[in-house]
Amino acid sequence: MSRAWLALAQFGLLVAFFAAWYVLTKTEVLPPFFFGEPLVVLDRVREWFVTGSIYPHLGITLLETLLAFAIGTLAGLGFGLWLGLSEFAARLLDPYIKGFNAMPRVILAPIFAVWFGLGVLSKVLLGVTLVFFIVFFSVFHGVREVNPVVLDNARMLGASRRQLLRHVYLPSATAWVFASLHSAVGMAFVGAVIGEYLGSAKGVGYLILQAEGVFDINSVFAGVLVLTVFALLLDKLVTVAERRLLRWRPGGAGALQS
Amino acid sequence: MTCALSLEAITCRFPGRGGVAHVAVQDATVTVADGEFVSLVGPTGCGKSTLLNAAAGLRRPDAGRVTVFGQDLQGRNPHAGYLFQGESLLPWRSARENVMFGLQLRGTDMREAAGKAEAWLRRVGLAGHGDKYPHELSGGMRKRVALAQTLVVDPRILLMDEPFSALDVQTRSLMENELLALWQQDRKSVLFVTHDLEEAIALSDRVVVLGAGPASRPVGEFGIDLPRPRDVSEVRLTPRFLDLHRSIWETLRSEVMKAHATEVHG
Ligand SMILES: Nc1ncnc2c1ncn2[C@@H]1O[C@H](COP(=O)(O)OP(=O)(O)OP(=O)(O)O)[C@@H](O)[C@H]1O
Ligand SMILES: [Mg+2]
Repeated sequence: MSRAWLALAQFGLLVAFFAAWYVLTKTEVLPPFFFGEPLVVLDRVREWFVTGSIYPHLGITLLETLLAFAIGTLAGLGFGLWLGLSEFAARLLDPYIKGFNAMPRVILAPIFAVWFGLGVLSKVLLGVTLVFFIVFFSVFHGVREVNPVVLDNARMLGASRRQLLRHVYLPSATAWVFASLHSAVGMAFVGAVIGEYLGSAKGVGYLILQAEGVFDINSVFAGVLVLTVFALLLDKLVTVAERRLLRWRPGGAGALQS
Repeated sequence: MTCALSLEAITCRFPGRGGVAHVAVQDATVTVADGEFVSLVGPTGCGKSTLLNAAAGLRRPDAGRVTVFGQDLQGRNPHAGYLFQGESLLPWRSARENVMFGLQLRGTDMREAAGKAEAWLRRVGLAGHGDKYPHELSGGMRKRVALAQTLVVDPRILLMDEPFSALDVQTRSLMENELLALWQQDRKSVLFVTHDLEEAIALSDRVVVLGAGPASRPVGEFGIDLPRPRDVSEVRLTPRFLDLHRSIWETLRSEVMKAHATEVHG
């Protein structure tokens, strides 16, 4: 199937979903009070953007998301490389890392709010705890999968430890980072929105919370819709970067992506 | 004559199952004189790659001594270039960047490095393929890139582990001739591993036959007095070549049989 057809079919699926939603709520098979009305939802989104009332909220949420994404990714990459290369550190920290990863970290949101205030910082940190582990595990395993012959070859060509890191481990890990970044994008959003939802004065999560408070289900859905669209956009950016950076991959970029 | 590379009474063990160490090579002594082309032949699994790794300094022997130009080897062998048995190119670098790699590690000016890489790509017959990534090249082309990558830094010793065994017959004799031509120019000291006796005789000054493992060691050494320069496919047809082949095969065959017997019966 050609790409145009695929895109058309995908769009058709979206339209079908909205149509079903519309019909089911119009005929009151699903009560509109709980399930919203698609036309009103879309109108709400339009209104937000036309009046510009959403921009401050969206700006904050995107800022939190991007910071969490960037910091979490870099930290995950750094720690992944470090522990991947240091047998001792990996063994030492193993139970703690497993523990932190198994912990339901969303529970940390209220604690972070107490520690770091209701501003941007607490949301960013929550997002970082989510993003970090995804990238970390990916890089950690990636480092151990580096082809030993390639490593020996680099050594014989004269690479020092630092040069091995820069010229072999890092590029090799990049492939693994990208494989994890797609899930990391979503997690960065989750961190920001949950954080806002549990305590803030700004952001799309806050907007959703306000709407829920007055049973304005249409605004809730409008907020979710806006977030989804921006998460998709960010994911697209990751894909573009991946294409550029992983041109060397046999299966093309995204071969690791499931 | 000075020795470029000397492996003296090398023993290498691998941790085996149930705590019993597997002795791959024991008391093996192999030397390569300066400018000499030596081949190491032997049945599969007899420890050829293991010996090469010891010579490269990638693997510390459990006993014995490795000296390089008369000096004890500590860590990686700085004079050796190593052409590996498996795929060894950096997949995220184009052919040119792969060839440049060793120069880059030495801090050579990038423009100069690119120039040298381009010249080497031409010498191994890959002009115009410099921008391709390893996965876009055929197996034979990858081996050529690896050869250029190893030779561009001009090592004085060349360690080669069955470099041509994955190639088809035509490409193979082409590459063998290329290698001989390159070697003829500056006479590097070469330790060449192969399980193909004809290849060993056609290329070398001396052929060392390694016995069947475990605990293998050289069981025979044969000087190859065929005149140089040689053409590998023509030299195979000369009577002297056939004589040499017959006498070395005599030794090698019994080792291959032994190796086969241990493989089949335990
Ligand atoms: N990492 C390892 N761990 C355990 N045993 C090993 C290891 N590497 C090699 N061996 C054993 O050591 C012996 C020699 O291996 P080596 O790779 O040197 O053989 P080889 O002569 O190069 O064989 P081939 O011609 O098939 O490449 C073999 O019996 C092999 O099983
Ligand atoms: Mg081998």
